[in-house]
Amino acid sequence: MNTVYILWLRQLKRYFRSKSRLIGSLGQPLLFLVALGFGFGPIYQKAAGGSYIKFLTPGIIAMSVLFTAMFSGIEIIWDRQFGFLKETLVAPVSRMEIMIGRTLGGATVAVIQGTVVFLISFLIGFRIKDFLYLPLFFLFMLLIALLFTALGTAIASKMEDMHGFQLIMNFLVMPLFFLSGALFPLQNLPRALTTIVMLNPLSYGVDGLRGALGAGYQFGFSQDFLLLGAATGALLVIGSYLFSKIEL
Amino acid sequence: MTEKKSEKNLISEKNLIIKVKNLTKVYNGLKAVDNISFGVEKGEIFAFLGPNGAGKTTTIKMLTTLTKPTEGLVRINDYDSVSQENEVRRSFGIVFQDPSLDDQLTAYENMDFHGILYKVPKDLRQKRIEQLLEFVELWERRNSLVKTFSGGMRRRLEVARGLLHHPQILFLDEPTLGLDPQTRTHIWNYIKKLNQEEKVTIFFTTHYMEEAEKVAQRIAIIDHGKIVAQGLLNELKEQTKTKSLEETFIALTGYEIRDEEVK
Repeated sequence: MNTVYILWLRQLKRYFRSKSRLIGSLGQPLLFLVALGFGFGPIYQKAAGGSYIKFLTPGIIAMSVLFTAMFSGIEIIWDRQFGFLKETLVAPVSRMEIMIGRTLGGATVAVIQGTVVFLISFLIGFRIKDFLYLPLFFLFMLLIALLFTALGTAIASKMEDMHGFQLIMNFLVMPLFFLSGALFPLQNLPRALTTIVMLNPLSYGVDGLRGALGAGYQFGFSQDFLLLGAATGALLVIGSYLFSKIEL
Repeated sequence: MTEKKSEKNLISEKNLIIKVKNLTKVYNGLKAVDNISFGVEKGEIFAFLGPNGAGKTTTIKMLTTLTKPTEGLVRINDYDSVSQENEVRRSFGIVFQDPSLDDQLTAYENMDFHGILYKVPKDLRQKRIEQLLEFVELWERRNSLVKTFSGGMRRRLEVARGLLHHPQILFLDEPTLGLDPQTRTHIWNYIKKLNQEEKVTIFFTTHYMEEAEKVAQRIAIIDHGKIVAQGLLNELKEQTKTKSLEETFIALTGYEIRDEEVK
């Protein structure tokens, strides 16, 4: 139990000590909110979609949770490169404990990040009517965070060095975000795009956040919860398995 | 011949804290370590020498459970390195060839992290961390982030960390690599003191032959994955009719430069 705690704490300490990471990771969501929110707002309104900021904010929160979580998972590569991974792998603790501690730590950091973006969105005019559903909001953030920390861990367990990092950002993380319905409604999309969105687990996370923040579900709570939950469970198993196979 | 002679030097099987029998590691069809056997006695300082790429680091990885042997047996402190992994891990401390500290954490936090991983109870942990950081003269800097430390300070911290859980064996993989003579002398002094006062068995590798000559009680030399000689310093010198360990080493391993395999 202590092992899990200390690994969790380490992730948090590293996050709060890395000022550049803190500031950098807030700049991007803010830019998206302002540029897209105000940029597309009038057209969206004209098309009778209502407030675009209201629609967009949950998507941007999902984005920052996604990015932070993936990054936390992939941090294992850094630990491998800078040698710290050896220190944990040679200790008399199970790989499972290490995996749980790291994943919870990474997910916590991602949830904090999402919460900060949530608070910032109030500055640019985002409002919610009902605070009753906030626990659901946190539940969905946590599921997204766990899912992508585990995915990052799974990928990093198979990667030898940092060179593949950019590749993953461009060919995995960006598509996951752009093809999740975070930026646009899902009605009347080309069929191929709809299929892709439906296969993307993040779509259910985005939808869940949207529902919880009062911007309306498109799939519905149970579908979001079950599909996202199942994906998260599966990735946790895969991530743990690949992590347990790391040899130095 | 040499094999038999050195077997006799293993005074008694019972006193061996590290036992290695017919150990082999194959990477992609290449034998990095080829059927080696040796033993290290409790409380001794043992040097494991060899040219680059000879199989030193691979051997250490197998001894410390980081890599599983392809064939053969490793017993550390009477535990099997494969089936009793955790008991083995509690028995040794290690200073790796490359740095392995978290430089975003302070010296104290790195120590504390290690103590918790090794389940050292809190009171004992705090006492031991203070004692060890004093020992390597880093107590004053305990709250500084490791990224502000010089190479020598990091090494000292790693030595201290490796000792936190009272291991019976300390593995040191090129502990003085890239350090100035002052720091090197310091580190060897710590290690010798440790060996004498706490009876910790020391297993180290190095490329500095004069260091090995000064501190090692027994030596094994590995080349191309095979042990080419092992025994007391004087025995090796006699065997090769050389005066210094440096000459002995060259006599046994030749002049040819090795291409190091990167794994």
